[in-house]
Amino acid sequence: MKKIIALAEHRQGELRDITWEILSKGRQLAEGMMGAEIEVVLLGKGVKNLAEALKPKANRVLLIEDDRLEAFNSETYQKVLTQLITERKPFLTLVGHTAMGMDIAPALAVQLKMPLATDCIGVDVAGETFALTRQMYGGKVNAAVSFLKNGPYMMTLRTGAFPVVEKEPFPGEIVSIPSPLTDEGLVKRFLQYVEAAVGEVDITQADILVSVGRGIKEAENIPLVKELADMLGGALSCSRPVVDKKWLPKDRQVGTSGKTVKPKVYIAIGISGAFQHIAGMKGAGTVIAINKDPKAPIFGVASYGIVADLFKFVPVLKQKVKALKK
Amino acid sequence: MNIIVCIKRVPETADADVIIDKSGKDIEKSGLVFDLNEWDNYAIEEAILLKEKMGGTVTVISMGGEESNESLRKCLAMGADDAVRLTDPAFGGSDGFATAKVLAEAIRKIPYDLVFAGVQAEDDGFGQVGVALAEILGIPHVSLVNSLEVQDKKVKVHRELEGGLEEVVEIDLPALLTIQTGINQPRYVSIMGIRKVAKKEIKTFGVSDLNLKAEEVGLSGSHIQLEKIFLPPVGEGAQILEGKPEEIASKVFDILKDKGGLA
Repeated sequence: MKKIIALAEHRQGELRDITWEILSKGRQLAEGMMGAEIEVVLLGKGVKNLAEALKPKANRVLLIEDDRLEAFNSETYQKVLTQLITERKPFLTLVGHTAMGMDIAPALAVQLKMPLATDCIGVDVAGETFALTRQMYGGKVNAAVSFLKNGPYMMTLRTGAFPVVEKEPFPGEIVSIPSPLTDEGLVKRFLQYVEAAVGEVDITQADILVSVGRGIKEAENIPLVKELADMLGGALSCSRPVVDKKWLPKDRQVGTSGKTVKPKVYIAIGISGAFQHIAGMKGAGTVIAINKDPKAPIFGVASYGIVADLFKFVPVLKQKVKALKK
Repeated sequence: MNIIVCIKRVPETADADVIIDKSGKDIEKSGLVFDLNEWDNYAIEEAILLKEKMGGTVTVISMGGEESNESLRKCLAMGADDAVRLTDPAFGGSDGFATAKVLAEAIRKIPYDLVFAGVQAEDDGFGQVGVALAEILGIPHVSLVNSLEVQDKKVKVHRELEGGLEEVVEIDLPALLTIQTGINQPRYVSIMGIRKVAKKEIKTFGVSDLNLKAEEVGLSGSHIQLEKIFLPPVGEGAQILEGKPEEIASKVFDILKDKGGLA
């Protein structure tokens, strides 16, 4: 019987959302493959409670516990997964396209000599293979992609691209598998987690967020939007390029690697809307986007769009707010 | 400390109007500005910072046609010592895996302690080549690195995780790191600086110079292929506010009052 194996992702005692997403998609693909099974593999230490939580979502939970698997480490994960996948021979291995998946999948696929498609946003069964959708050029175009070799295959799936569909729970079973790991020859060591520094402003608490992106061009232009945020009694936030360039501190960053925000109104100024950014602000009540590129992906998620040069429009908006607030 | 940095020349599309070309398999490149991939810009800067601190050499390597010399020269102007370009008609159509194989065979010819690659490229966005390359070379890797410190025969790095969290990982050298944007502030390269390295030799290697067969690279050595590209579906999309800037600003003010509780 054909099998799909999904790799569970957890951190600091909690399963991450991507796990439910790849399991939901994996189940749908299995159903499209004439009675294929879906199994989820869980590596960790003291994670029986997580295995129980996973049980209704797959035919089987494959649980491997070892002190060396307590925190994710691509080296120990790769050793365990290589052996497991070689033995169980899944037709498809699913991994999240996350910090964890990006660290393990490309190396694992090379070692297993498996074709890998990364960061997929669409996957359909196509006979004995799969039809894939990815993105290119920072999300400006989608690409239809196919495998050139026969399976078994591996894919990493983008966070948030596949909805979690509620279905009849599996009776499920947890299969404990002994860990093959020894201390011998290990060259990569997990030391610790470092939490984000707490900044002066908590952008997750603001009702109105004025957020600025690459379009602001220079550090000297930041006050233009900072003043607008102040006038509105809101907070100033930003997208990744602004933090990379050190124009604003990391605690102002909205997105996958920054903060997830849910303000009543989110004003995106000069932000094109990379998916990593959208993932952090899609919970906002109302989104107003100001961008000079009418094709910017941000307009796809905004409630209101203004196609304009921010340097021309923002000063007009500030004047208007000043006049009308009286 | 000898460091090899893998780089790629890519079109800048963040602010560009992207049009699909006649083949339906790529975007219209004419009129686009090309530059060093943003992640690679941070990777080369990090290598040069390390060289300045610890000595050694920085070799920059790229797979691509003659136009890639432009990006290689930019890296030389930033402070790299040597540049290598991997070029052969057989390399055409290479996916992430085939690209990693070509890079690996070239890197085996050069002594190194560290290999850097950008986390991903702005065009394909595979996020795959660096980590696959480490596996082919048989060396350990850490991806998404946003700070690093070399200590004797080890390197201690911070990896960027989700939600502002980082993890600290230590690995033995030699190793490969994929470098995340924001790790440093890449230096500015002047036109004068690029002119100074205009005559510097850029070595080239083709399939016959590397321990590879033509069928192992390019499309025949790849695992995936692109069928076609298309514009992403727009979904519902925003209601575009039209009118004079003053009128639009008034509408925005009304929305802020109505939805944002602006007093």
